[in-house]
Amino acid sequence: MATTVLDQHRVHAAHEEKTGLWSWITTVDHKRIGVLYGATAFFFFLLGGLEALLIRIQLAKPDNNFLSPEAYNQLFTMHGTSMIFLAVMPLSAMFFNYMIPLLIGARDVAFPRLNAFSYWVFLLGGLFLNAGFLFGAAPDQGWYGYANLTSRQFSPGANVDFWNMGLQVLGVSSLAAAVNFFVTVINMRAKGMTMMRMPMFVWMSFITQVLLLLAFPVLAVALILLMFDRFFGTNFFVPAGGGDPLLWQHFFWIFGHPEVYILVLPSFGIVSEVLPVFSRKPLFGYAAMVFSGVFIAFLGFGVWAHHMFATGMGPFADTFFSLATMLIAIPTGVKIFNWLGTMWGGSIQYKTPMYFSIGFIAMFIIGGLSGVMHASPPADTQQNDTYFIVAHFHYVLFGGSIFALTSGAYYWWPKMFGRLLDERLGKLHFWLMLIGFNLTFFPMHFVGLNGMPRRTWTYPAELGFETLNQLETAGAFVLFLAFSVFLVNIFKTWRGPRNAPADPWNGATLEWAIPSPPPEWNFAEAPVVQGRDPLWETKRERGGRLPEPSPGTGAGIHIPNPSYWPLITAVGVAAIFAAIMLSHKTGPWGIIVAVSILFLGVFNWVFEKGYSEFTTPAHGGH
Amino acid sequence: MPERTAAARRPARLVPFLLLLALVAGCSPERYPQTALLPLSDYARIGDHVQDQTFYWALGVFVLVEGALLYAIFRFRGRPDDPEPPQIHGNTTIEIIWTLIPALILAAIAVPTVKGIFETNASPTGDVLKIEVIGHQWWWEFRYPDLNVTTANELHVPVGRTVELLQNSADVVHSFWPPRFAGKRDVFPGRQTRIWFKADSAGLFPGQCAEFCGIQHARMAFQVRASSPAEYDAWAAHMRTLGPKPAAAAPRGDSVKTASAGGTVQGPKVPAQGPQAKADSATPSSQDPEYAKGEQLFKMKGCIGCHSLQAVDAPKGMIGPNLATVGSRAYIAAGWLRNTDENLEHWIREPQTVKKGVLMPNLGVTAEEAKALRAYLRAHQ
Repeated sequence: MATTVLDQHRVHAAHEEKTGLWSWITTVDHKRIGVLYGATAFFFFLLGGLEALLIRIQLAKPDNNFLSPEAYNQLFTMHGTSMIFLAVMPLSAMFFNYMIPLLIGARDVAFPRLNAFSYWVFLLGGLFLNAGFLFGAAPDQGWYGYANLTSRQFSPGANVDFWNMGLQVLGVSSLAAAVNFFVTVINMRAKGMTMMRMPMFVWMSFITQVLLLLAFPVLAVALILLMFDRFFGTNFFVPAGGGDPLLWQHFFWIFGHPEVYILVLPSFGIVSEVLPVFSRKPLFGYAAMVFSGVFIAFLGFGVWAHHMFATGMGPFADTFFSLATMLIAIPTGVKIFNWLGTMWGGSIQYKTPMYFSIGFIAMFIIGGLSGVMHASPPADTQQNDTYFIVAHFHYVLFGGSIFALTSGAYYWWPKMFGRLLDERLGKLHFWLMLIGFNLTFFPMHFVGLNGMPRRTWTYPAELGFETLNQLETAGAFVLFLAFSVFLVNIFKTWRGPRNAPADPWNGATLEWAIPSPPPEWNFAEAPVVQGRDPLWETKRERGGRLPEPSPGTGAGIHIPNPSYWPLITAVGVAAIFAAIMLSHKTGPWGIIVAVSILFLGVFNWVFEKGYSEFTTPAHGGH
Repeated sequence: MPERTAAARRPARLVPFLLLLALVAGCSPERYPQTALLPLSDYARIGDHVQDQTFYWALGVFVLVEGALLYAIFRFRGRPDDPEPPQIHGNTTIEIIWTLIPALILAAIAVPTVKGIFETNASPTGDVLKIEVIGHQWWWEFRYPDLNVTTANELHVPVGRTVELLQNSADVVHSFWPPRFAGKRDVFPGRQTRIWFKADSAGLFPGQCAEFCGIQHARMAFQVRASSPAEYDAWAAHMRTLGPKPAAAAPRGDSVKTASAGGTVQGPKVPAQGPQAKADSATPSSQDPEYAKGEQLFKMKGCIGCHSLQAVDAPKGMIGPNLATVGSRAYIAAGWLRNTDENLEHWIREPQTVKKGVLMPNLGVTAEEAKALRAYLRAHQ
């Protein structure tokens, strides 16, 4: 545990406010890392959104030449890959980082420097993935990279390599972070916070870490095999050499389906925090919510081949994967009913976070129901690879995850930055997003069932797809407007005064007991928890709202020292993959240099002094 | 119903629903020739039936749950100074009920699903016409082993007779999707996949590749031409004349039109010989002086290296589509470009403009040469 690494020889007189670029580069504070994750992921999210806008402009007219087919294929690949790995996952990671320690009453994550390392690797992986654009060779084989199109024979350029290496780098980040949060949740909870008293966001995030730990190694293996095929002449997926492209599909979806729950479970968690607070009622059916999350995650590993019904697996495999997929609707339904049960009989306060959480429920229902429709192979073989599927997963990942993450942003913004986002702009943002989202994606159900396949850079006029595609493009511009309003809101709030009290929403969880924004050490005193809604219970005991808390001086609290070795180590990781890509030019020297950087980073990391002086072992719960 | 009163009080809130209805009305599948919602075969009807049933259940759940959500939104609106509502943590009975009801609905969906799975996976019996489907970047090859004829991008099937498609890919993974007749079946290199259907209506219906397969995945379409048994038989008989000689009358590869270059791709099967007498179908146009020039150009420009002009005994492994009937096809460039003289000439002259990235290079064909080539190809009906 973190408390075992102590430097007893340095005295840290006072915790002065740290500012400047260097303080961000060397930070190991989970809150700053959370902000870095959020800012970086939001940047990539906007980039992915612009890619989508270009896609929509191209598809507004039949036989359009606004984009070349190469450009289109790069854009749809990068849109999908970015939104999954560089936007939704790290936006969730922003909340893991910032909120999990606060929600469980801890002073930091279990491994603060590993946390910094995860962020830097994520940043470098994201840049790696996008670097292809600089060389006109952005990935162009789809986010799912089906073999054998990805073989050297059919994809001779570096496009696939930017994707493959970029994802391997990102996988390192995800795995390191998953270990960190898993241990944090297990070991660092406040006194009295049993597993069944954890806030639902912590529970869903915890399940997500388990999914990450089990699913990402499968992706890593598949990517490494592909790397071997492309660089070292193996034939894992090359039919001419006895390999099988179908093997890739199994690998990919054994990762890929749990990935869906990695993307959406944290959002379930956010909504489960927001709904009770703004309904002024505890979460309905807490235990059912926990176990349905666990059940979804478990089943998530047994349904991967429902992505492959069109491959012709035979009746028994089809039946198994079809029924397993339908089963997932049961725990998902339980969650939706419990959210309704939470609102039912409440005294609902319509603040912006609540708008987005209710929007999440309304949209996620649609995505869930279309999901049941393609659990059935005879129907799915018509729907698969059409815009019907595009509609479905945008209802789940945009109508679901993005709505929930936006809800979380409005909900926790005052805690993170000490400023409340503007309510009027927030509601305008919501309505524009709801309208724009439905205008963009609802017609896709129809255009898909009426014969428009995905991943096609254009379509002939006579297939009749034009009208609906124009509606969709108009919707994309409304979404563009919606996020412009959000940016204006952020900018306006940034310029405004620090107006957020510690507990602006009458919150139920521990983060609202400390100042907004929290001091570096989070809790001046280690909290003790006696129930599921600890702050509500305290407020009831003391007969109303609490006075503004004092951050304390931080004296006597030990906090981890800043360090730049996580960054150096992360550079080493990214450099190894860059060196493999360049190995035909540099020979082994590139790899030797890269590995040296990695060792330099790890060596200094290990022998660095981790913690500053402290006087009471206040850290680490138990 | 409480939610109805809530909605009635705010008629403006009905506007989105009216818009939705208008949208649904504007989406009638008749407007879409490639629709999956108007099945024209026994196989496609199985899936359509399952989809309909699932859809109605989904629609019912949608109305109830979104209705309950709307009700809760309006009914439980609170003010900041309202007293704290009753703190309810759960209700085991209700939770069991709303776990069981979805389970029952799913069971109702599972029954037709499993039935549909086994029906679609059953091997067709009786008088089955077998057709080999070979996916290429970015066109479709159709081989009729019983007839020993080959065509490209236009699948001819008889109405009322089951066809079984035996599928393979020459390069990467594709997916064969004729929505009016069947759902998708992926097409793999080194692995055979199958699908079957019995068309019940005649006509020309579009389909296209549904698995991303490279730069021109969007331009990998095809047509299914379903025709009455008599018309199909006539077509089959005609196809069997499109060789060096009717296949039945001559040993395979005995005398082959355009054999000199065809031999280079076909290997030992076709002896290298000089040009032979034209096939019957080409004869009427062969008086055209453009035709003779086009025939020369077809060899000189190297077209012949990738395209075969014989339907019978057509060589396997050709890079480009079989052109034995290109003159009469409704579309060119893999099923999406209308087969007009203008389009055909443009396609011959500037394939990289018409379909960027296609394996056919720009061969420096002049406008005049393109006219001659067009005349020559047009004669291949």
